[in-house]
Amino acid sequence: MKYIEEYRDKGLILKLSDHIKKSVTGNYAFMEVCGGHTSAIHRFGIPSLLPSEISLLSGPGCPVCVTATDFIDKAIVYSQRENVTIVTFGDLLRVPGSSSSLEKEKTRGADIRIVFSGLEALNIARKEPEKTVIFLGIGFETTAPGTAATVRTAKEEGLKNFLLLSAHKVMPPVMDAIVREGIKIDGFICPGHVATITGSHIFNFLPEKYKLGCVIAGFEPTDLLQSILMLISQMNSKSPDVEIQYSRAVTADGNLIAQHQLYEVFESCDANWRGFGNISASGLRLKKEYEDFDAVKRIPVTIQENTDNPSCICGDILRGLKKPDNCSLFRRACTPENPVGACMVSSEGACNSYFKYHSQ
Amino acid sequence: MCLSVPALVVSIDGQMADVSVGGAIFKAGLHMVENVKEGDYILLHAGFAIQKISEEEALETLNLLNEMKNYENE
Amino acid sequence: MSDIVTLNHGSGGKQAHELIMNLFVKMFGMPHPLTDSALLVEQGCTIAFTTDSYVVDPLFFPGGNIGKLAVCGTVNDLSVSGAVPKYISASFIIEEGFTVKDLERITGSMADEADRAGVKIVTGDTKVVGWGKCDKLFITTAGMGFIKPGFEHISTGKKIRPGDKVIVNGPLGDHAIAVLGARNNLSFSSTVVSDCASLNHLIQSVLSECIQVHFMRDLTRGGLSAVLYELAQLSGMGITIDEASVPVDDPVRGLCEVLGFDPLNLANEGKILIVAGTEEHEKILDILHSQPLGRKSGLIGEITDVNKGDVILNTFSGGKRILDIPSGVQLPRIC
Repeated sequence: MKYIEEYRDKGLILKLSDHIKKSVTGNYAFMEVCGGHTSAIHRFGIPSLLPSEISLLSGPGCPVCVTATDFIDKAIVYSQRENVTIVTFGDLLRVPGSSSSLEKEKTRGADIRIVFSGLEALNIARKEPEKTVIFLGIGFETTAPGTAATVRTAKEEGLKNFLLLSAHKVMPPVMDAIVREGIKIDGFICPGHVATITGSHIFNFLPEKYKLGCVIAGFEPTDLLQSILMLISQMNSKSPDVEIQYSRAVTADGNLIAQHQLYEVFESCDANWRGFGNISASGLRLKKEYEDFDAVKRIPVTIQENTDNPSCICGDILRGLKKPDNCSLFRRACTPENPVGACMVSSEGACNSYFKYHSQ
Repeated sequence: MCLSVPALVVSIDGQMADVSVGGAIFKAGLHMVENVKEGDYILLHAGFAIQKISEEEALETLNLLNEMKNYENE
Repeated sequence: MSDIVTLNHGSGGKQAHELIMNLFVKMFGMPHPLTDSALLVEQGCTIAFTTDSYVVDPLFFPGGNIGKLAVCGTVNDLSVSGAVPKYISASFIIEEGFTVKDLERITGSMADEADRAGVKIVTGDTKVVGWGKCDKLFITTAGMGFIKPGFEHISTGKKIRPGDKVIVNGPLGDHAIAVLGARNNLSFSSTVVSDCASLNHLIQSVLSECIQVHFMRDLTRGGLSAVLYELAQLSGMGITIDEASVPVDDPVRGLCEVLGFDPLNLANEGKILIVAGTEEHEKILDILHSQPLGRKSGLIGEITDVNKGDVILNTFSGGKRILDIPSGVQLPRIC
């Protein structure tokens, strides 16, 4: 498969691994903030190709992991209403709410359907006009423009039974929070698909404000290793910068059409991040012109205040301050089948990846 | 983040395209990309094409990697 | 164990395994280790006896239907135990309103497949339930066959040794993808056809010429990962798998990349895993390669005496990771 297999060439991978081993002159801690990167790093066994001087940390880049409990609770309340169909990406099905999950509600008869695209959710709304179809919008800047296009299409068609419950978020504010509150990092491996939409410039604050280097990386093993090599080089020469490794998809300006469509439909708002609490200007909500499609405005619901399990340290793990095996619940009360915190739910969550891919 | 996979544009019908990944065909919305033609490669994410893949840049990345020195095994 | 049964308990992964071991095996006092077929010694004969239920949705999919699946699945469960399958029973639970035309199509397929496999469907049962009380049609089968002396070790793996080779008879994931595509609610289409097939002739062609088949199992729900996990537990040995050697066809690979699936976790209905002794593994591969259902067989790994109880995957990229039993139903993801 083109643009995949060439970047998995074993010879190139081993060559890069060699170069990395020969370039290290001290210890390095790099953080990736992308669930796709966490997953790829573990899937391809990248840590086994790196020297011990390099430490890879996993930050809050998995939109599922950072989806707050109250979002799931709201979705569950909606699912229990008559004639409501909840339409969601598969990722959200097992995320724990305060006392249940969408998966559990499905077993109790709630109409909850998995889709691969917001456009499928629109199809369901068109075919079943008697149902109120509520689409759960999660994801960062990679996914939000698709949701924007979906909502715009719903408006153009005058669909009356399609609503959005948005948990969309943007990356830079949480990266800023990590640098200020989290473990000391030497550089960021930046999310390649977010940058495909936004352009590389959204990460300029990292070298400018914090003198932290970053490389925008692709998702194949050679992409990741080349990015790590580029970060080492930045550190060794003390020249922090924003570099694009994933140049076949990412440019400085990004996808301007997608950005325009995104901000035609959405505007910035504060958002609640699991493990981080409220971060200002880190979320996306529908603009006034699209209020008719906002589930929360059209059908207000109340949910109970909840408290997270006090032993759950997802927040520290997402900040890179702790590793999964520092958690007293890890592998005991908290497993992929029975997740407590969302770090275990998503197959890209730090705890889930760690559980699957590390020996005990 | 997020699962986005390079896919070959096989046919286009208005704002939707059929795209192929290894022979499996997916529907992709072209709302965010322009001047896409059959034979182009796009990045497929959640049912949308989020970018066209630059063949030139892709080749350059590979060339750079191929030109890197091979160290002797220790 | 959870307090309610969910779809995850039927997906062949970790939860299914737990439910079976902690409830059914415990309650019925079933013999350990659990094998695809029970091996029963009666009056000097070793009989293989198995049962299975078929609830596939949709009922018709590229490459087969629920009826063909029922016969192949039962024949294969018996055959991987080293038995020659002989007789099958077939019970039908039919939802009110189901068309006789579809029932004829399905039973016709069963008759054809039984003929192909050389087995007889000799008894059965029919129940009709009210509309909404079952999902169109469920089929339950039982099957029996005879195991020749000298093959009883195949299902328990008692003869497995470090150094033994791990073989599969062809590309993985076709059935799961064919069924997913036929459900038609995830906006994709592919030419992938289910690999649903009776493998008894293929298996007998190997067993009639080789004595070093140390273990066999068919790769159904939970895929290769589930069987490797069970094999590591059963044998107490380590297993190393070379990811690049595991055959997966391009459309299946493409779909897995897009939807976030691992082909090693996908269901198959015409694939088996063979653990072969080092002196005969090449001969076994030659025999497999000479037949249509084994043409794309591949050597994918070996049994080791390190990392006991674990399955280690040497990845495409030269790295290593542990391969764990899949957890629950695989969900398509965007992240």
